[in-house]
Parts: sequence; C-alpha cells; structure tokens
Amino acid sequence: MKNRKLAFESLRSVLAIAISLAIALVTILLVSDMPGTALKAFLFGPLDSMRHFGNVLEMMIPLIFTGLAVSIMFSAAQFNLGAEGAFFMGAVVSSFVAVQWTLPVVIHPIVSILIGGLTGAVFCGIPALLKVKWGASELVSSLMFNYIAFFFGLYLINYFLRDPNAGAMVSFKLLASAKLPYIIPKTRVHFGIIIAALTIVVMYFFVYRTRWGYKTLLTGLNSQFAKYAGIKTAVVVISAQVIGGFIAGAGGSIELLGLYRRFSWQQLPGYGWSGVIVAILARRNPAYVPLAAFFLAYLRIGADLMSRQSDVQNEIVAIIQGVMIVLIAAAGFLEKAQYRMVFRDATRDLTNVGNTAREVGG
Amino acid sequence: MPDDAMLRMEKITKVYPNGIVANNEVDFSIRKGEIHALVGENGAGKSTLMRILFGLEESQKGRILLNGTEIKNESPHIAIANGIGMVHQHFMLVPSLTVAENMILGVEPKKGLRIDLQKAIKDTRALAEKYNLAVDPLAKVQFLSVGIKQKVEILKALYRGAEILILDEPTAVLTPQETKELFSELKLLKKQGNTIIFISHKLHEVKELCDRVTIMRNGRIKGTFNTADVTPTDISRLMVGRDVILEVEKDAAKPKEIVLSVTNLVMANDLGQRAVKGVSFQVRKGEILGIAGVEGNGQRELVKGVTGLERIAHGEVTILGESINRKAIKEIRNLGTCHIPEDRMTYGVAKEMTIEQNVLADKYDSQDYTGRILTKPRAIRDLSQKLVEEYQIKCSSPLQEVGMLSGGNIQKVVVAREFSTNPQLIIADQPTRGIDVGSTEFIRNRLVELRDEDSAVMLVSADLNEVLELSDSLIVMYEGEITAFFEDASKVSEEELGLYMLGIKHQTPEEIGGIVYEK
Repeated sequence: MKNRKLAFESLRSVLAIAISLAIALVTILLVSDMPGTALKAFLFGPLDSMRHFGNVLEMMIPLIFTGLAVSIMFSAAQFNLGAEGAFFMGAVVSSFVAVQWTLPVVIHPIVSILIGGLTGAVFCGIPALLKVKWGASELVSSLMFNYIAFFFGLYLINYFLRDPNAGAMVSFKLLASAKLPYIIPKTRVHFGIIIAALTIVVMYFFVYRTRWGYKTLLTGLNSQFAKYAGIKTAVVVISAQVIGGFIAGAGGSIELLGLYRRFSWQQLPGYGWSGVIVAILARRNPAYVPLAAFFLAYLRIGADLMSRQSDVQNEIVAIIQGVMIVLIAAAGFLEKAQYRMVFRDATRDLTNVGNTAREVGG
Repeated sequence: MPDDAMLRMEKITKVYPNGIVANNEVDFSIRKGEIHALVGENGAGKSTLMRILFGLEESQKGRILLNGTEIKNESPHIAIANGIGMVHQHFMLVPSLTVAENMILGVEPKKGLRIDLQKAIKDTRALAEKYNLAVDPLAKVQFLSVGIKQKVEILKALYRGAEILILDEPTAVLTPQETKELFSELKLLKKQGNTIIFISHKLHEVKELCDRVTIMRNGRIKGTFNTADVTPTDISRLMVGRDVILEVEKDAAKPKEIVLSVTNLVMANDLGQRAVKGVSFQVRKGEILGIAGVEGNGQRELVKGVTGLERIAHGEVTILGESINRKAIKEIRNLGTCHIPEDRMTYGVAKEMTIEQNVLADKYDSQDYTGRILTKPRAIRDLSQKLVEEYQIKCSSPLQEVGMLSGGNIQKVVVAREFSTNPQLIIADQPTRGIDVGSTEFIRNRLVELRDEDSAVMLVSADLNEVLELSDSLIVMYEGEITAFFEDASKVSEEELGLYMLGIKHQTPEEIGGIVYEK
C-alpha cells in the first residue's frame, strides 16, 4: 500500500514534468522560425560537448546546496525563504576571508566556507527566532530579510572590499590560496561538487537516521504530537533553520571560491529561489536533491544554448518551472485517478473476501 | 420489501479515498412517522450512510428514492430542500451568536435589505413552543449547556422544513436526565408527523425509543426489525457477531503508595478562564481512579496540567514525590508517566508517518533505539513488530502509514507506544472514544492488567459505562471542581452519578476530602 502510494507520487511528478516539457516544446514550435535547431539545442545541447556538460555540473553545485537547505527547513514545516539571502551573504562574508586573511592552502577555503556557512546560519536563524519568540511568520520575515542581505552585502563590498582600480563595482581579487581547484579537465567543475556530494550523504543520514532528524520530521508533520512526546519543538524549529542557513551560506561561499576571481554579484543570484524548486521536486528528501538539481541545471543550460543558437529566448525555462511547480504542488492533480485506483482495489478485495467466505460456507 | 417506505436508499456503495469501504451495497428504508434506529459499532458505516443521505458525501454507486421519485442529494442544501435535516454529533452552531440568529443563518427573513430579527425571534419562540423544546431565542449559544445546544440544532433543522430528522448519536454527550428529556421531545416530534433516524450504539435506548431498528456491520446491513420483536442481546449479536461482554473482569484493587498527588490545582483554559478551580486528589499504585463528568467541566485542562502540556497556574502536582510544576514534558515522561491523549489525531500520532516511526516518538533518545549518532533500525523494527503482534494491530506491516489504519487500530498504536515504557503512572484520557468494541475491550483489559502490575491509573472518561466498569474509586468533576468522591466505584449507579455530573447533587467537603490519603 505504501509502495503504491510512493509509486503514485512519483508518477505524479514525472507526469508534471512531462506536461510542462510538452508545453514548452509546443511553445517553441509555435514561436520559432527555426524550431529544429532550437529544439535540438534545448534538448541535446548540454550533451554535445564536455564543456556544455560541464556547465550543467557547475550549475548543479549551488542548486544542491540551496536545495538541501530548503529541504531541511521545509521538513520542519518552516517555510523559510531566506536561503537566497543566506547564499548571498555567505559569499559576501567569505570573500572578506578570501581577500584579507592570509592562510595556508587547503585551510584557507575551509575557513572561508565555514565562516560563510555561519553567516548563513545567523541569517536564517533570525527569522526562526522571531517566529519562536513572537510568532512572526518566518515566510514573511525571511522574504524581507533577503533584501536586507542584498543591500547590506553590497554595502560591505562597496565600502570595505571594493577594488578602486577595477572598472566595475567588484571586490579585490580573491587570494589564490582560497580558491577551490577545478577537478574535471576542459570544464570549470570545481572541488565544490565533492563537498556537495558529501553534504548530501550527511544530510540524508541526518534526516533519516539520527534522532535529530527524526525530531525534525516529527515536528514538521505534527508539532502538537511532537510536543506531547516530549520534544522541544522550539529548539527543533530554530535548529532546522540554522542548519538550512548554514548549508545555503556555505553554498554561496563555495560558488564564489569555485567560479569567481572577485566578488562581482550586482544582484541576488537566484539560487535560493531555485533551491525551493529543487526541494519541491525532490520532495524534501536529500537523496533526490541531486536528481532534481541536475534536472533543473540541464534545463537551464539547454535553454541557454538554445537562446544562443536560435531565435528562442531562454525565459522558456520559467514557463517549464512554473507549470511543473503548479502541477506538483496542486494536491488535486490526478486525485480522481488515484481515487479510482483506490476504489478498484477496495472493491476487488471485497469480492475476493466474498468469494472466500462462500467457499468456506460451501 | 413492502412499498410503504417513505425514503429508500438502494445499493449504496461508498469507498473513502484512503481505501476504506464504508458502505457496501447498502439498502435502507424508513416509513413515514417512525423513529428508526440505525445501530452498529463504530466504523460500521452508519454515519457515512447518513452523510450520504444528507449530501455531505457522495456515493460511488446507488440511488436514493423519496416517496418513489429519485432524488440526488449532492449537497446539504438540496437535502434540506428535500425535507431532510441532520443534527451532528459535533454541533454546527456559531457560539458568539444568539439562538435566534443561529436559527436563521443562511435562511434569514428579510425586511427590505435588513435582517428581520424580530421575526426570527418570534418564529423561534413559536417553533420552540410547538415542539416543546424550551430554549430562549435571545441567549448566546456559547453560554448554553450541551443539552440546550442540541435542542437548538433540532429546532434549526425543523425551521428549515425538515420532515426527516437524522440524529447522529445524540445521547453521547448527554447525561441520563438530559437523555430522558430528549426522548420525550422526540416522541412528541413523532406524534406531530415527523420521521426520525436515530443513530446509536446504546441498545437500551433503541429499545426504549424506536419503532424499528436497522443493524449495520462492516459496511453492510445485517437486518431491519421491529424493536418489539428483538432483544438487546439479539441486536448486539448482529452488531458484532458475538455476544458483547463489556464487563471487565477484575479483582479488587490493592492500592499501595501514592504516585500522583494533585494539590489545589488551578488551570486556565484557552480563553484564560479558570477551568480547574483548585482541585486536590491522589492516585495510588495499583488502583484506577476514574474521573467522571460531562465533557467541558475542566477534565481537559486537568489532564494538560498533570502531563505538562500546559503551565500550571496555581497549586502543585507531584509524581512519586517530585514536583512537576517546573518540569518539561520530557522530564515528566522520564518519571514514568505515560499519556493516552483525548484527541489521538492531534496529539497521539503523526498520520503521515509509519507505525514504526510513531512507536518511536517517546523513545527516540533512549539508548536502546539510538546510538551516539545513528538510530538503531533493527531494534526499532523489532520493537514495532513485537507491539503490532502484542496489541493485535491490524496492518500490512509496521511500515504502513498510520493514517491508513482504522480508528481502533490507530488508538492501539498510541496505547502500545505509551504502555511499552513500563509506566508508573498512566493518564488515560477518553482511551476508547470512537473505536470499535473489539479494540475497546482490548484496551480496557490492558489497563486493568497494568493496574495489577502496580501502575497507577488516572482515567478520564465521559463514557459512564467505562468509568463505572474500570474505576476502583471515582471522582466527579463539575464546573472545574470535584463534587463527589466514591471510594468504591462499584457501589455507584449511573443515575446517581448523573445527578453529580449535572451539578444537582454535591458532596460535603469532608466527603470529598477522602480522596486525599496523605497530606
């Protein structure tokens, strides 16, 4: 019964993805003068060279971190959207460490990433505290906090770390000792992907195999029950968001140290929002986060290649994402079909029971 | 089937989205002007059948005929238009409005653009008089007793033109005295030409009140009879397929030292009102102390105070000599307390989690089930397997989601978890509410077993049969105070208990003081 339910849920996700892709394809066919080229670039472009596939993997890395961050916060039923700001602030603070501190190789990125993570933890922890102390909705306050993170971060960079000789509003160069090395030749796939893989494993075990993970899930599913069972739900609620913030902040730091020479973001990079999509696609399960992150990264790189090679813009991805999320989030989608399945099962069982009874009776 | 039926439901089949078959090819008919009992265990499908009739649920198969023509009750509005009214177990009234305002909700008499309240009051008064249902149209519903609220509900249905009245376990919330009153009112309604469907599982009430009785079991009809022709034993046999023995067999208690001691406890309710007004009592090892009372007389708040779910406003609670006033829930549990909550779906389980995960809820940090970092899946599996067998929980495996189980089996999951820690003190709050007879019997016997193994049991129940059967001694709560103490519960009659529950009788403080054994 449980497996059937799981199978059905998976079917729902797959169908939602298929429908949204179909809509995108139809749109491309309708608006493009060169639909063949466009479709080919969109669907297969990421596979046509090592460099392009490398692009997909590069983009996966930040998506995995924010996806994991959002997953753990959502698991505790905390709809904290601060992963965006935590990611940004993590990168800002870690760029200070990477520019101003002199540390040996290996140690330098580790320290930088840890401090980036702590920044993210503080950042996502504040809405959590506000919620526990005064009942302020973490959704609203974390959303607003993203703006604070953005402008505060830009202020820090501008006033304390800006390189006056660089043409744009960017920081001094990150020290070479702090950078994460590339690990796949001909691509920019950096060491962050290994950290991401480790984080996935750790988070999976954390959620499903430790008492803290258990407390988090229990609090998320029924906080009254959790409290009744003796769990300090306030602690769980805060720690889930602090952990989520840490992962997001570390993710921002890793993105910076892996791909950039200077801190150069002029706007929020958007990986926090994408992390919400990843978490929803992965159903908050860390084990599914890489799949969802890969899928989303593939779509985006495909769309990007398509816009460069044809007359279709890459905003098409927004349509796909939108349709997908609506269909997956809509509890009513395919509900009738599921109900019919249940009805069929239940009545078949009844007939069987009836038959057995008759046999026994006879 | 003779064609004198006023209303007929034919071949009704209903499957809920969770796969539970509530009604299976059900045929049900009633005659004009009768009181027709619909009986069956909890989960037999009575309520579902009536919800279909009233348009709250949709059946997958079957049809409904009213006076020979098919009607489709797709919503309560249509059902009401067809002259069918329903009084639910949980009242559908707006507490902050007056009786008259509740009466007209949705069918307001208008004077121009304004609601004609004067007419509403006049109509309510007239209707109340006609059916001898004494209510004050100007009273605010929140200040009314349960019995009066029920009258308002009945009037509401009549006001909307109901000729067929469905009453869903109307006596479950009433005292014996209120029940008597309700019966005479229902008989009057019948005399005036109304038809009543009376859902119940109290057989003596069926015998007393109803003309015919239809028995349901497992979603099917087991037969319809004239009540005069069948005995309660016949009915109960058809209901459960065996003779119901709800008498719990137990020896006299051998109480030992005091486990729970409550002194001058004051608790506030959600509205900040004093719901428990300074009660003192003690529960000893090896005895069951029953707390009887009509619901809403402070029992809920009392339980919250003793279990640590809410802060104690005043007074003191000690368990095994330790004060719990400042203790966290976890610490109280670690003293050896367990708690069967009144509302199992809110406090007792997480329905999306498996049986296994639910069983773990109070043990997640015990060294038996979790190491320094990782949990011990093997130990958890073994424990849940053992509990499923020991408590005869009907499920496909311990990995089944709790939400997929029936009410009785969900309650068994809760009870199994709570009892598996060798509790010193058991707080059982309505432990068998709304579950089938088999599970009820099981849980009650288990409570007695644990008592014999020297647990102290505090049993809160609105079910008179339950408190009287299980308790060794008994106290009655009325409006937040203890109004009676019976050292030997077996010497109390239902009628006498009813008088205390209603606040008509009240023992002297000296008599009540007997419940405190040691200062």
